[in-house]
Amino acid sequence: MKQFLLPDPGEGLVEADIVSWHVKPGDQIKINDVLVEVETSKSIVELPSPYAGTVSELLVNEGDTVEVGAPIILIEESASDPVEGQAKGQQTERVANLVGYGPRTGPSKRRPRRHPEPAEAPHAAVAASFGTHQPVSHRHDHREPLAPGLTKPVGPPLPAPGTPAAEPAVGGGRPLAKPPVRKLAKDLGLDLTTVTGSGDDGVITRDDVEAAATRSPEPVEIPEPVEGPSGDERVPIRGVRRATAQAMVDSAFTAPHVTEWVTCDVSATMELVEKLKSRKDFADVRVSPLLIIARACLLALRRSRSLNASWDEAAQEIVYHGAVNLGIAAATPRGLVVPNIKNVDRLDLAGLASGLNELIMTAREGKAQPADLSGGTFTITNVGVFGVDAGTPILNPGESGILAVGSISRRPWVVGSGADERIEPRWVTTLALSFDHRIVDGEQGSRFLADVAGILNDPGTALLF
Amino acid sequence: MSELSGLAGPRAGAQADVDYVQLLTPEGVRVENDAYEFTGDDEQIAGFYRDMVLTRRFDTEATALQRQGELGLWASCLGQEAAQIGSGRALGPQDHVFPSYREHGVARCLDVDPVEVLGLFRGVDQGGWDVVGSRLNLYTVVIGAQTLHATGYAMGLERDGLVGTGDPERDAAVVAYLGDGATSQGDVSEAFVFSASYNAPVVFFCQNNQWAISEPIERQSKIPLFKRSSGFGIPGVRVDGNDVLATFAVTSKALEQARSGSGPSFIEAYTYRMGAHTTSDDPTKYRLADEVEHWRLRDPIARVKVYLARSGGVTQSFFDDVDAEADDLAADIRKRCLDLPDPALVDAFDQVYAEQTPYLVEQQATYTAYLNSFEVDGPESGDGVR
Repeated sequence: MKQFLLPDPGEGLVEADIVSWHVKPGDQIKINDVLVEVETSKSIVELPSPYAGTVSELLVNEGDTVEVGAPIILIEESASDPVEGQAKGQQTERVANLVGYGPRTGPSKRRPRRHPEPAEAPHAAVAASFGTHQPVSHRHDHREPLAPGLTKPVGPPLPAPGTPAAEPAVGGGRPLAKPPVRKLAKDLGLDLTTVTGSGDDGVITRDDVEAAATRSPEPVEIPEPVEGPSGDERVPIRGVRRATAQAMVDSAFTAPHVTEWVTCDVSATMELVEKLKSRKDFADVRVSPLLIIARACLLALRRSRSLNASWDEAAQEIVYHGAVNLGIAAATPRGLVVPNIKNVDRLDLAGLASGLNELIMTAREGKAQPADLSGGTFTITNVGVFGVDAGTPILNPGESGILAVGSISRRPWVVGSGADERIEPRWVTTLALSFDHRIVDGEQGSRFLADVAGILNDPGTALLF
Repeated sequence: MSELSGLAGPRAGAQADVDYVQLLTPEGVRVENDAYEFTGDDEQIAGFYRDMVLTRRFDTEATALQRQGELGLWASCLGQEAAQIGSGRALGPQDHVFPSYREHGVARCLDVDPVEVLGLFRGVDQGGWDVVGSRLNLYTVVIGAQTLHATGYAMGLERDGLVGTGDPERDAAVVAYLGDGATSQGDVSEAFVFSASYNAPVVFFCQNNQWAISEPIERQSKIPLFKRSSGFGIPGVRVDGNDVLATFAVTSKALEQARSGSGPSFIEAYTYRMGAHTTSDDPTKYRLADEVEHWRLRDPIARVKVYLARSGGVTQSFFDDVDAEADDLAADIRKRCLDLPDPALVDAFDQVYAEQTPYLVEQQATYTAYLNSFEVDGPESGDGVR
């Protein structure tokens, strides 16, 4: 009985996975018949039999990971083999050893090892063809020999001769800078992608970095990026990013979102903003369209309580909040945070203005307290500051409504009616409202959005609320 | 760039219209060439056939032995038999060869016992054959380094007055075998420079098997390889490396010129590595199956078999005999490979210098004493280098 020990089919490999057996117990095999296919960290290879005879037992299963040198199969050598007869009883015979691996058995005395002649001379396909079953390595998905003429390309086509390889992006798309300059930028907490290089070919110099650093706000603490392969940058998911991700996933896959849009002429609101700026009450606060939009929301929420509500799954109740804690989504150096102003519905316009100012300032400085970040009931996200028209906002978890405000820009607008109908440039914006359809029906959502748009279009209608 | 149009196409290695010296087509038809002629007879061609079949059988058995754990590594020459046998059989009795590590067919032509080649890959020696007697230098694994060795040896032949005497029993030349990947090595450029400058009698025989491990030839050279040497002042020629007759004819002529004192030359044998780079490589990761299929139709052995059967007056029994001989060869080298004795580490001390030094003698004695301090019986002690 012969054991076949798993050889090292590559160089210096220590283990291999058994992919598939090509023989089973009882099979008659010749020398170099393929026994098994194994996969190493380098390739998939077929292992040919070093013995002729009958397969006695498979010692490992498909899918097993086997150490090099471990026995994988028992083979009963052909009884008719005359050499085998001589070899019988020779306890000194060493099993076919592995180069550099494998145990040795028997006494140390050296003697020529005897190996049986194969019962039948191996007639591997050799003479006039490149045998497809020769034990050269090949891929898992190439296991079947190809039928003549049936050849399918595998993988992407190889480059044509003479075709220059794709121009490698210099530095893998990273900004160009010498290592000491990179280190300086890193020490200063400066993102080199934000720096324009003044050197040859746009190389970022030490001066560029220092100049940019003096312009930059406080260094931002971001998790140390880890360079991945091919220039990918891998940043651990931590902090605000993790919290945001969790909140968005929770919200998006809990509350069924509906989003509605309205585009409206807010020229009157812009005029109002200008008027307010000149008033003494607003002298030391920043007046922006966001202030009027927030006010419009607060007014509209009076008629649409369902947008200031929460779904309490545990209690199987809808909670209509008695007060409005208005959240403002703020892009801060740490990422997205949504601080809110408590009981904002009880503030007058000046109070709302200073509240918003304070909230945004605190958030930008990264000083928002946990209390500021929790307990919100409705949120406004001002994506317009990024120059976009609107989007599909995702609800802050636990809230039933969120309003996205697009950019306010001069656009052609149809005004007048009848013979007076004409196109005029107006201040126009798009509002997008997402709401939790468990709580809010289309009717209430639409009415709220129309109310807000109506107030922005004609602030005088605020008197109606 | 019009002269390069022969290289336009899906793959340089898959050209039907590559311009090279060919005397026997893949269909087994002999064709004429203006500059080269095969002057041998069918008996010689039958000999080439036998050489190629036995080389392939040896190579196949060695691959199997590696898969069975009996060799640490094997570099297969599958597909390159014609390039090796054609050039190897062109060698004269005084010529010397500096091979790379895949020249198993050349080793056969120089009567090196295949088991001695296996010993190197089994790790029981560092290459044990008689390089002077066989005229085959040891396999060189460092890519391209042997071209410098060959150039130096060729320059030595000249200084020894063994070149250009007109005496066929005296004049000698050197063949340096290299691959397409080696042409990218600085050593090869240096060898070109020196051999050209000193008119050294060396033939650079480059088996362009299209792949430097996973790098295709067109990523290594913008021009056909055989044109590269001309920049160094060395004439270059491209031959169908899967055509044993053309390879023989081209190499014979290059060697004649070298022996006569006409200086170095460069031969690009256009062939294909049908197997993996080595047993540690998986070629399916970087090349297409249809490329291999293309070359399968250009098999160096099949075309000779077709020619012999159709025009060479050879009967089926000849082919059967060669097959039987191949099987016997495989069984013989398998047995003798497994019987190769493990070397003793103490012997390594003898192999450092041509002549033993006192310090090494002392080290050897100390080590021997150390080994003798163990019990002798029981499993073999760690005296082997394996």
